[in-house]
Amino acid sequence: MALVIDGKLVAADPFVRIAAGAAVPANGAVLVTLATWTAQADSLAQRSDPVGVLLGSEESPAALADAVDKLQLIALDFPTFRDGRAYSYARLLRERYGYTGELRAVGDVQLEQLHYMERTGFNAFEIDSDDPVRDLEIANRDFSTWYQPSGDRRQAATRLRSGVRPAQDPSQDPSQDPSQDQEA
Amino acid sequence: MYRYDEFDRTLVDERVEQFRRQVEARLSGDLDEDRFKPLRLMNGLYLQLHAYMLRVNVPYGCMSSVQLRRLAHIARTYDKGFGHFTTRQNIQYNWIKLEETPDILAELAAVEMNAMQSSGNCVRNITADHYAGCAQDEIQDPRVWCEILRQYSILNPEFSYLPRKFKLAVTGAPRDRAAVAVHDIGLRMHLNDAGEPGFEVIVGGGQGRTPVVGKTIREWIEPEHIVSYVEAILRIYNMYGRRDNMYKARIKILVNALGIDKYRELVEAEWNEIREGVLKIDPAEAERIDAYFQPPAYEHMENLHAELEALRSADDAFDAWMRSNVVAHKVAGYSIVNISLKAPGKIPGDLSAAKMDAVADLADEHSFGELRVSHRQNLVFTDVRQGDLHTLWQQLCELELATPNIGLASDIIACPGLDYCALANARSIPIAQDIGQYFSGSLKLQQVGDLTINVSGCMNACGHHHVGNIGILGVDKRGKEFFQLTLGGSSDEHASLGDRVGPGLPQAEVPAAIERIVDTYLELREADERFLDTYRRVGMDPFRAVVYDDDTTDKEAA
Repeated sequence: MALVIDGKLVAADPFVRIAAGAAVPANGAVLVTLATWTAQADSLAQRSDPVGVLLGSEESPAALADAVDKLQLIALDFPTFRDGRAYSYARLLRERYGYTGELRAVGDVQLEQLHYMERTGFNAFEIDSDDPVRDLEIANRDFSTWYQPSGDRRQAATRLRSGVRPAQDPSQDPSQDPSQDQEA
Repeated sequence: MYRYDEFDRTLVDERVEQFRRQVEARLSGDLDEDRFKPLRLMNGLYLQLHAYMLRVNVPYGCMSSVQLRRLAHIARTYDKGFGHFTTRQNIQYNWIKLEETPDILAELAAVEMNAMQSSGNCVRNITADHYAGCAQDEIQDPRVWCEILRQYSILNPEFSYLPRKFKLAVTGAPRDRAAVAVHDIGLRMHLNDAGEPGFEVIVGGGQGRTPVVGKTIREWIEPEHIVSYVEAILRIYNMYGRRDNMYKARIKILVNALGIDKYRELVEAEWNEIREGVLKIDPAEAERIDAYFQPPAYEHMENLHAELEALRSADDAFDAWMRSNVVAHKVAGYSIVNISLKAPGKIPGDLSAAKMDAVADLADEHSFGELRVSHRQNLVFTDVRQGDLHTLWQQLCELELATPNIGLASDIIACPGLDYCALANARSIPIAQDIGQYFSGSLKLQQVGDLTINVSGCMNACGHHHVGNIGILGVDKRGKEFFQLTLGGSSDEHASLGDRVGPGLPQAEVPAAIERIVDTYLELREADERFLDTYRRVGMDPFRAVVYDDDTTDKEAA
């Protein structure tokens, strides 16, 4: 398993994963479960070292709505690549709750999901790959345009259209006139 | 119709190259079948009994003659010379090779077509009224909203791994020709009290194992809000829909489990967060897209009553075709022509490459170079000059495409069934062929009148049997094929699910049972009652009695 953050391979994960119910060490960056965070939020927020929360796919991101300024990492779990709940969670955390820290995809994460993950706001990936940086490059190369505005703040075609080509009547523009372009 | 701009074209081209990369990874073994499967499905590729099947989108059923010729070329070059039009207004090819698929998709992209999300657990091809833009009863052409929703749904990063597939249907008319009540989301345009057009939003309808007529989640919404409202529905479904059991994963199960009131509460709360955001439809963008759906250059003409009457009284066959296949147009002097793909004894929805080319030529000659696919697996020329009708009829007769049976008993919907499909329990095509043959005498067909017969080869209900006036469902009992009949289904604006008649019948007995049901209807009907009206009035008993009164009937063991 390799960790990529903002497109760069990270040799060692600075966050130590703390199992459910286990004691949280006083020092060092930790990644705790939502249950641990909920039970100990006040004391964990006082720590000088970073705290992250691992959110399971059955857990609601709304539970972290008030915590986004206190967390340095939120990890969202993909129990299998077919489980797409965390794409919604990522958008809510980024767009609704205003989380700006590291948003990491963990679990069953591979090349073909990366494009969707980046577009919904993930910037870090624990990826099962021999060459994760190459995978990210491939995923980023696949598409240069998309229709939906989403968590990554990149411009979607629906917005670019109104910028690139202000509202115009296709009938006034031969290149856009359906009747002029029968063979396209 | 809509034409791609540089964004649409780039996206589709890039999607083709992405799939080429994925196919190469599959063929080299870098990608295993488990992980490749959802990728190929989201590019329209199924693995069937004998080969791969490729399902190509015909967005809301609209295509050009140029596109149809390309579909013919693909049928000839990459398949066995046929295509099969489906209830999602799409076309399927049944004999596709995996390694050739990227090339096929590139050939489609060159004519602004694609197979994106024609399968998979994502938003599927959006279907619509096949008379959109031309129907007399239409409030507004729904295609502009369909296209906006199409773009919104394509490669949507949040909703490409939904719990299960997701189907939308849209109608701009009070008469529902798009079966919106049996879709995951159905949008039905109507006027509010102030006389403004908007959509009733219906959610959680569907067929399959658990057929459900959808429930109204919102009575009326301004069209500018439909994308955000659809996003709210999808987000709640994506987060709360079941993922532990694929047979319980459709949105209808979630809506039923929560109850429509609770589901509405969740959706409305979500929608209130996003309704004024980036998804609110920019009027300039709606105008840009709407410009593609402006009416063609109609000539100013009067309706041709006398001339057509003369031709009709001179020729019974032309008269029968006019009566069942030709529909009034909103513009005087024009008619809507349905092209039946249900000739007696033929496979419903199939069309050969040669006939596709011929139909494309006729579309150029008679209907501004465009045509539609209907969810009942027929084709439609929406804009035919009435003065051309007799010529067009003769041309269609030569192609065996003038069967006068639209909306009648032999206009049967059938899924591919066990002849092709890996999911099927039974062969639906032979049943459809037998029944079609039985009604091939035009007199009986006309006498019976409006009657929909829908055949599915398994409980996944691709043949829409639940909403056929007569539904036929193939089941497997200890290795033998049986067919269960249902009566009283309908997919129109008064949608209902069929009631099961009783134990299944073997294939050989189905046509005779249908005959007895139809004869019973003819005996019982009052005035000009349709089959559905008679059934709703008299109920199941008289029909059940004639299906099972014969001691020799070889019933499926209960």
